[in-house]
Amino acid sequence: MFEDLTAKLQGTFDRLAGKGKLNENDVKTAMREVKLALLEADVNFKVVKDLVARINERCIGAEVMKSLTPAQQVIKIVNEELIAILGDPGKLDLSGTPPQVIMLVGLQGSGKTTTAAKLASLLRKKKQRPLLVAADIYRPAAIAQLETLGKQLDIPVFSEGTAAAPPKIVAHALRQARQSANTVVILDTAGRLQIDEPMMRELEQVKERSHPAEILLVADAMTGQEAVNVAREFHKRVGLTGLILTKIDGDARGGAALSIRQVTGVPIKFTGTGEKLDALEPFYPDRMASRILGMGDMLTLIEKAEQAFDKEESAALEKRLRKGELDFEMFLSQLQQVKKMGSFSQILDLIPGISSIKNQLPQEVTDQQFKRIEAIISSMTLAERRNSRLLNASRKRRIARGSGTTVQEVNELLSQFRQMQRMMKNLGKMGGRGGGFQIPGLPL
Amino acid sequence: MVFSRAASIRDSLSRTRRSVFGQIAGLFGPGEVTEEFWEDLEELLIMADIGVDTTTALIAGLREDAVQRGMRRAEQVRGRLEERLVDILEASARPYLEGKRHLSVVLTVGVNGSGKTTSIAKLAKYHKDRGQRVMLAAGDTFRAAAIDQLKIWGDRVGVEVIASQPGGDPGAVVYDAIRASRSRGMDVLIIDTAGRLHTKYNLMQELKKVHGVAQKQVHRAPHETLLVLDATTGQNALSQAKVFKEAVKITGVVLAKLDGTAKGGMAFAIARDLELPIYFVGTGEKIEDLAEFDAHAFVDGLFEGD
Ligand SMILES: Nc1nc2c(ncn2[C@@H]2O[C@H](COP(=O)(O)OP(=O)(O)OP(=O)(O)O)[C@@H](O)[C@H]2O)c(=O)[nH]1
Ligand SMILES: [Mg+2]
Repeated sequence: MFEDLTAKLQGTFDRLAGKGKLNENDVKTAMREVKLALLEADVNFKVVKDLVARINERCIGAEVMKSLTPAQQVIKIVNEELIAILGDPGKLDLSGTPPQVIMLVGLQGSGKTTTAAKLASLLRKKKQRPLLVAADIYRPAAIAQLETLGKQLDIPVFSEGTAAAPPKIVAHALRQARQSANTVVILDTAGRLQIDEPMMRELEQVKERSHPAEILLVADAMTGQEAVNVAREFHKRVGLTGLILTKIDGDARGGAALSIRQVTGVPIKFTGTGEKLDALEPFYPDRMASRILGMGDMLTLIEKAEQAFDKEESAALEKRLRKGELDFEMFLSQLQQVKKMGSFSQILDLIPGISSIKNQLPQEVTDQQFKRIEAIISSMTLAERRNSRLLNASRKRRIARGSGTTVQEVNELLSQFRQMQRMMKNLGKMGGRGGGFQIPGLPL
Repeated sequence: MVFSRAASIRDSLSRTRRSVFGQIAGLFGPGEVTEEFWEDLEELLIMADIGVDTTTALIAGLREDAVQRGMRRAEQVRGRLEERLVDILEASARPYLEGKRHLSVVLTVGVNGSGKTTSIAKLAKYHKDRGQRVMLAAGDTFRAAAIDQLKIWGDRVGVEVIASQPGGDPGAVVYDAIRASRSRGMDVLIIDTAGRLHTKYNLMQELKKVHGVAQKQVHRAPHETLLVLDATTGQNALSQAKVFKEAVKITGVVLAKLDGTAKGGMAFAIARDLELPIYFVGTGEKIEDLAEFDAHAFVDGLFEGD
């Protein structure tokens, strides 16, 4: 956790500060904490080693030692270095004569098929005419999977069953694409191990037959130290042009992104953020860096909060929240503002250390649920909103009637609300530790 | 039996050995135990995805051992490390599907793409080879063509698959499958479920429901709830195991995709922190690519230099 890293660094420096001025050895002690934090995030060991050496140098040069807030300084430098390695987000280059080919490659189960469909959907929104190609003839029902997704999206899928070899299928698909004026052809290849020689050769042949404009490695954000070997080998064999990092809607820290970037030097072009076919998002290096440091996606949260909230109101609110004074009145007004920020679950994802709590909370507060909650709170008297303990059985019945809901739903809201009160209190404690990053008027 | 099992795990780990543990073998030469040695050891364990905490604990223990037992040479430390690694795995070991019953129900769960469906096919063959009557339940009604995928495997293994329409209620499928298993005198029912990230509240609730259906229909079911983990997964595996365990009382782990160069080192953290046994490892995409997990073979395989 980022909080942990900040706290640990703080602790380290506090201990050291006792004996006077910090020296280079003290910085080294701090570097060990940085190293462990990155390793815990699954950044490859070798990458960590190089990185920490560089950070160490900068820390000494940047006079962290004389700084009054050395922990903060170190974090800042670490963050900058991570962002630098992660690099600028990449864009697809499909500027050549159509049809342009995008080839997706990667290990088994990394998410290629779903990503192929998501990409097709995204490109169609950009006025392309995509054709999906089922080139995984090995995994049972892989073709059926792509065909089903194509049908859902109403995007054509080219397949020739499991008898033809993938390089042939792809050549035929290209012919078909020209005939039906498709502008972009997306190849879903079978998952394979980077050490599987025949399968890697097949990939080279598919490439030769289709001259892809883009060859994208689809990698799972949960990948461990292995990411480096995978990326290096795929890059060596087919020459990657970019990376798509999938399943980042989970709670993996995603250090693999850093490792892969470092090994291949190719840009990260998209991130997969869910199972739905529109859950493909651009890549933000700063957010990824925060995530790797266990900071949650604070920047996004701050950004969203700033857009949605009135600053002064937020400051006042924050004070009360930190004291654990959440009541239904505040809850309602906050809820209305939160609606501007996105779904409940998305917001929780952005808060550091929340995933364990989040697991006990509903995944999605849909618009309808929002409306129901609004209705329930609106049916409360002002006194009830300010003091939820007043809500006895008969009051609950009245509220349920008034809001067109059931007592059970009122109870549900109450228990969620209590959970939230507890959560806010805890967050209040977290932020109060002088961690440096505070959430302006944290909503909810 | 023990030997073939060991050999198969060893095969799948041969590359691991060369890359990381091959280095460990090199590290454990006749040299002296120096500070640098400990640092290198730490590095190599972490490169195997063993994780910072487990690695730190291992090294702290070994350092103590070295002092107490007067171990000066690296090769002595190696023997001790092997023991400690085996200890971690054996402390949580437990026989798979222990005891006798009419119908054994095995529920498989895990994150998206970890290898559940393929592992189920392999397990079906495993049971069939032991003369048991096996049925499969297509509890993944969500992912496109997941039902087709399991049906194809069912055909290949020669076992019946109970399925609904895509989008159907997975709980209902499990209910039907249990009834069918009973009426047709099956020994083992293996249930597939949709891949889901452990952070998704609604999906975990759904899984609890599926678990509950099995629980209500059969005494003490599910008799095993297997978490299928991808061996290439890093530290997140622990978080997955924790949350799934809490939600549906995981009883053991299948470590899939151990045929790559992935080290599968998370097995140690999971055994150590969550006291979960590793029952099987997946060593390829074919139906026979499943090996029973054996702590000695696993650790031996890690250390044998070539
Ligand atoms: N090399 C290798 N590949 C495996 C192994 N086990 C599964 N796979 C492959 O991994 C991919 C995903 O496997 P599935 O069994 O579909 O995984 P799943 O967990 O059921 O996936 P979802 O249902 O989509 O969540 C397939 O391409 C399998 O062939 C293994 O032990 N070794
Ligand atoms: Mg499956």
